[in-house]
Amino acid sequence: MSTPHVHLKGITRRLGTCVANDGVELELVPGEIHALVGENGAGKSTLMKVLFGLHQPDEGEILIDGRRVRMTDPRAAMRHGLGMVHQHFMLVDTLTVAENVTLGSETQARFGLLAPGDAEREVAALAERYRLPVDPKARISQLSVGAQQRVEILKALYRGARVLILDEPTAVLTPQEVDELFAVLRALVADGVSIVLITHKLAEVKALATRLTVLRAGRRVATALVADTSIERMAELMVGHVPAPLTERSDEAPGAPLLEVRGLEVRDARRLPAVRDVSFAVRAGEIVGIAGVEGNGQHELIECLAGLCPPSRGDVRIAGAAVSGHGAREHRAAGLAHIPSDRLHRGLVSDMSLAENLVLGLQRRPGVGTGPWLGGHTLEDASRARLQEYDVRPPDPRAFAGRLSGGNQQKLIAARELTQGARAILAAHPTRGVDLGAIDFIHRRLLAERDAGRAVLLVSSELSEILALSDRILVLYEGRIVHETTPAATDERTLGLHMTGRASHGDSPLPPREGAPRTSGGLA
Amino acid sequence: MDVLLFAAAAVRISVPYALAAMGASLSERGGVVCIALEGLMLNGALAYTLGAYATQNPWAGVACALLAGLLTAWLHAEATVRFRADQITTGLGINLLAAGLTRFVLVRVFHSSSNSPRVPGLPEWRLPVLSDLPGVGALLSSPLVLVTLALVVLVHALLFRTVFGLRLRAIGERPEAAATLGLSVTRHRFAGVLLCGLLAGLAGAYLSSEQHSFTDGMTGGRGYIALAAMIVGKWNPMGAAAACLLFGAAEALQIKLQGSAFPSELLQALPYLITMLALAGFIGRAVAPRAVGTPYDPES
Amino acid sequence: MSDRRVQWQWLVALSPLLAVAAALAAGAVFIAAIGEKPLEIYALLFREAFGTGYGLGQTLFRATPLLFTGLAVALAFRAGLFNVGVEGQLYVGGFAAALAGAYLPLPGPLPAVAAVLAAGCAGALWGAIPGALKARFGAHEVINTIMLNFVAFALVSWAGRALFLPATVHTRDVAAGAQLPRLDAFVPVLRGAPVNVSLLLGLALAFAVALLLFRTRLGYELRAVGHNAGAAEYGGVSIGGTQLLAMALSGALAGLGGSNFVLGYKHYFELGFSGGAGCIGIAVALLGRNHPTGVIVASLFFGALSYGALVVNTRVPRELVEVLMALVILFAICARPLLERAARRWA
Repeated sequence: MSTPHVHLKGITRRLGTCVANDGVELELVPGEIHALVGENGAGKSTLMKVLFGLHQPDEGEILIDGRRVRMTDPRAAMRHGLGMVHQHFMLVDTLTVAENVTLGSETQARFGLLAPGDAEREVAALAERYRLPVDPKARISQLSVGAQQRVEILKALYRGARVLILDEPTAVLTPQEVDELFAVLRALVADGVSIVLITHKLAEVKALATRLTVLRAGRRVATALVADTSIERMAELMVGHVPAPLTERSDEAPGAPLLEVRGLEVRDARRLPAVRDVSFAVRAGEIVGIAGVEGNGQHELIECLAGLCPPSRGDVRIAGAAVSGHGAREHRAAGLAHIPSDRLHRGLVSDMSLAENLVLGLQRRPGVGTGPWLGGHTLEDASRARLQEYDVRPPDPRAFAGRLSGGNQQKLIAARELTQGARAILAAHPTRGVDLGAIDFIHRRLLAERDAGRAVLLVSSELSEILALSDRILVLYEGRIVHETTPAATDERTLGLHMTGRASHGDSPLPPREGAPRTSGGLA
Repeated sequence: MDVLLFAAAAVRISVPYALAAMGASLSERGGVVCIALEGLMLNGALAYTLGAYATQNPWAGVACALLAGLLTAWLHAEATVRFRADQITTGLGINLLAAGLTRFVLVRVFHSSSNSPRVPGLPEWRLPVLSDLPGVGALLSSPLVLVTLALVVLVHALLFRTVFGLRLRAIGERPEAAATLGLSVTRHRFAGVLLCGLLAGLAGAYLSSEQHSFTDGMTGGRGYIALAAMIVGKWNPMGAAAACLLFGAAEALQIKLQGSAFPSELLQALPYLITMLALAGFIGRAVAPRAVGTPYDPES
Repeated sequence: MSDRRVQWQWLVALSPLLAVAAALAAGAVFIAAIGEKPLEIYALLFREAFGTGYGLGQTLFRATPLLFTGLAVALAFRAGLFNVGVEGQLYVGGFAAALAGAYLPLPGPLPAVAAVLAAGCAGALWGAIPGALKARFGAHEVINTIMLNFVAFALVSWAGRALFLPATVHTRDVAAGAQLPRLDAFVPVLRGAPVNVSLLLGLALAFAVALLLFRTRLGYELRAVGHNAGAAEYGGVSIGGTQLLAMALSGALAGLGGSNFVLGYKHYFELGFSGGAGCIGIAVALLGRNHPTGVIVASLFFGALSYGALVVNTRVPRELVEVLMALVILFAICARPLLERAARRWA
C-alpha cells in the first residue's frame, strides 16, 4: 500500500475526566472511502475535530503525505487539503450558492468589488466537473437539504480539498438524495479525492466504503477491508458484548394497557412525516423497549407522547384517557412521567435549585405547595428524603442543578419522574452520557417501577440497555415499527440488522422505502 | 411650489435620520444591535460645535464629529465584540454616558447648562443648475444633504457589492460558518460598528451645523427614530433611507400642523407605530440578521 | 475544579461592587481633571446624601421611583424579557394617577387608592402590549418597548391639550384625599424632604415581588421560562402566557412608580416628570442582579448619587453623576462576561 495520505498516530484527547480518544490510529490512503463507525459517544466526532483543527490532541500526531503537521485551526486544515462537511451545515441561508462557496476567497474585480458573474461561472464549472448539480444563483434557504449538502461539498472542493470528511452525511437526506450523494462520492474518489465517512449505518458502509475503522469507547477496536467484513461482524465490533440481565423478570402477566398509541403520524421540523402509522400498547407491569438507530423518528415520537408536539394523525391514550393534541400539562395530569432525552434542554433548569427542579412539571399540583404558594423551607424539606433515596450528590436541596455531574443530574430527574405516582413512564435515553454507577442505579429503578405495576416505554439507541431491561422490543426504522420481538428470542446482531433496515429486505444494501423507489446506480 | 418646499423640508429633516439609520444597518448586518445611535449622534453634535467653535472652521467641526462618533463606537465595539457584553444594555449605557458627558462638557466649556454659543454652520455649495432649481435649490446647495444622497448609494453598494459587505452580512447571519472559512468575526464586527459611528457622528454634525449651536439633549430621540427606520427599511441602507424620508415627511407635516386643531402629536407617534406593525409582520416581514444581538463565542 | 471555581463564582457575584468601584475611580479622574480633590468630593457627596435627616429624605425621595422601575426591569428579566419601556409605563402610570386623583369623586382616602390603582393598571396595559406582541408574533420586546415609550410621550402630550391647565404643561391638582402624605409627618428628622408614602409602597412591592418570584407557583413558572424555556415547556408551562403576564406585572410596577411624583410630591402630572427614571431603572436592576434586595440597595445608591450631585454642584458640575451612572452600567455589563470567561479558564 502507498504512503497514507493522512495518518493519525496515537491520538489521545481528553474531555474533562473522560477520554474521548485513547491512542487512536487512522490511515487514509489516496482514493479510498474510509468508514469510521461506532456508537454514539464512541469518539468518532472528536477524532475528526482533532483532524480538522477544531480540537488539539493531548497526545499523538498528524501526518499529511508523511510529513508531520500541526492543525492549529480549520484554516490550517484547509491549507493541507482537508475539507469537512459538518452534520449541521455551515451555510449562510440568506446568501446565494456562489456567495457561500466563495466566501472568504471571493472572486474580485478591482477595489474590493465583488464579481458575482465570475463567481457564479466558477462555481457552475466546478459543479459541472464534479457532477454536483446546483444553481449558483439560488439562495441557500430555497434549496433542499440534499442540495445544501452539495454546496458544502463544493465549498471544500473550491478550496482545493483532496480529503473530504463527511459527518453522518445521510442522517438528513431522503432516499433519492442518499443515492445521489453516493454517486457523487464515488465520482470524487475516481477523481483522486479520499473520503472519511463517519456513520453508524452499517448498510451504508457496506455499500460505499473500501475500508472501515471501528471505534468503541474511544479506542480503535478494528480496521479492516469492508469486503472481508460482514454486517453482522461490524455490529458485533461496534456494540461489544451484552452484559447479563440485571434481575429476574417477574412471571406475572402484564395488566391493562396504560400507554396506547394508534395510527400515529408525527411531522418533524421540516414538516415531513418522521413517525409513520405507529401503533403499540404498553401494559401495566411491562417494559417495552424501542430500539433503533437515532434519527429514525425516536425524537418526534418522544416529543409527541410527552405532549410537546401534536401528532398530525392518530391518537395517544394515557391510562385510558385520550390526550393527543393536548399539551405537556395534560399528559402529566393523565398519569405520564417523562425522563427526557436531553436533560439540559428539557429536563432541568440549571439555574434553579435541586428542590425546585424536583417539582418541575408538578408545580401546579395540589399536593405540591399550598394554595398559590410554592417554595422555601417546605419545598426544601420535602426534597431531602428523595435526594437521599436517589443518591443525588450533593444531596443539598439548595444547590443549583447546573453544578451537578451528568450522572447526578440524571438521578435527579429520575427522582422526580419516578416518585410522582405516574402510571406510565416514558424513559427516553435515560442513561445517556452518565457514569456506570448511575446507569446501574437507573436501570434498577426502572425495573422496580415495572414490578410495581407501571407501564414503561424505554426509548434507547443502546442495544445493551434495550436487551437488558425490556420485556418486549419494538424496532423503529424510518419512522415505522418494522419488527417486534423479545430479548429471549433475539440478540444484538439480529436487532442490528432490523435497525439498519436490512433484515427484512434480502440482500439489497439500501432497502427502498415507500414512495421512494431507488434509482439503481444513481447518477454515476 | 408648495409641494416642493414641503418635500425640501422633509428631506432636510430626514438627513440625520438617514445617516444614522444607514450606520445602524452596517452595525446590525454584522451582528451588533445598535441602540447607541442616540449617544453616537449626541457626541458627534457636540464635537462639531467644539471643533467649529475652536477653529471657526465648520469643516474642522465635521472632522471632530467624525472622530467623536468613531471613538464612541469604538467603546461600543470593545464592550460588545471584545468583551461580549449584552449589546442592548451597552447601547443604553452609551446613550446615558453621552447625555451626561455632553452636559458636563457644555457646563465646563461654555458655562451653560442649556446651549453653546453660536458657531458657524457649513457654507452652501453654489452649484450650477442644481442650486438654481425652484423650491429645492437651497436644499441642494447644502453640502451634507448632497453628501448624504451620495452616501445612500455608496453605503448600499458597500454592503451588497463589495467583498467586505458580503463577509459582513455572512458574519451577521452565521458567524460560526464564516469563522470556519477563516474570517475574523471580531474584526468585521468592529468595522461595522465603527462605520456606524462615523455615519452617526456625521448625523450629529448636521444637526449642530443646521442649528449653528449645540443644545442639551438636542438629538431628542432621533437616534431611536433612525433605529426604527432601519427596521422598517429591513436592514437595507436604501430601504432605511426611504423609511427616513417617510418619517421625515410625517415630521414636516406635524410641524406644519402645529398649533392647528389637528392632533399633530399623533403624527409624531406614527413612525413608532409603523415600526411596531413592521415588527409584528403586518408590513412585509422585517427579519433581523439571524445572529444580531448574540455575542460570538468561539469556544462554545 | 471546584474550590477555585467557587472562588471565582464569588467574584462574579461581587461584580456589581467591582463595577461601582471602577466607575467611582473613573469619575475620580474626571474630578481631578477639573482641579478638584476626588476623595473630598465623594466624601461630601455621600455625607450629605446620608448624613443629615433632610439629605437622607432627599436621597430616599430620589430612590423611590428608581425602586419601582428597578423592580419592574428585574421582574421582566427574571422571565427572560428585557423591558426597556419602563420609562413609558411610568409615564402613563403617572398620568393615569393624576387623572384618577383629580376627577374621581370619591370619599375619604378612597381617591388615593383609586389613583394608585389607576397608575398600576395604566402601566400594566402599557407593558402588556409588547408582551402580547411577543407572545403572539414573536416580535422582539426591546424594540417595541422603546417605540412605546415615544408613543406614550406623544399620546400624553395630545391628551394634555384638553387636560392641562391653561398655559402650563401640567394637570390640575389631585383631590386632597388622593395625596400621599410625606414621611416627615411621622418621622420629624426628615423635615422638609419630599420623601412620601410611595417609598413604603415601593418597599412593600419589593417584598411582594420577592414573595412572588421565590415563594409562589406563578413565580416558579416565570423563572423557569426565563432560565430555560425548553424545560418550562416540558414542565407544562405556557411560555407565551407567562411572558404576557410578566410584562403586564412589570408594567404595573413601573406605572405605580408614578405615584411618587404625582401623588406624593407635586400633586399633579407634568410633562417629562419621569426624567429618565426608566433608564436608570435598568441600571438599578443590573446592579441589583435582578433581586428585590439588590434593587433596594442599588436604588438607594443611585438616589444618593442623584441628590449628592446637587450638593457638590458648586465644585463639580452635577452632570458628572450622569456620567458616573453610565459608567456603572458599562462596567457592570462588561465585568460579568469578563469574570465568567476568566472563571472558565481557571476552573
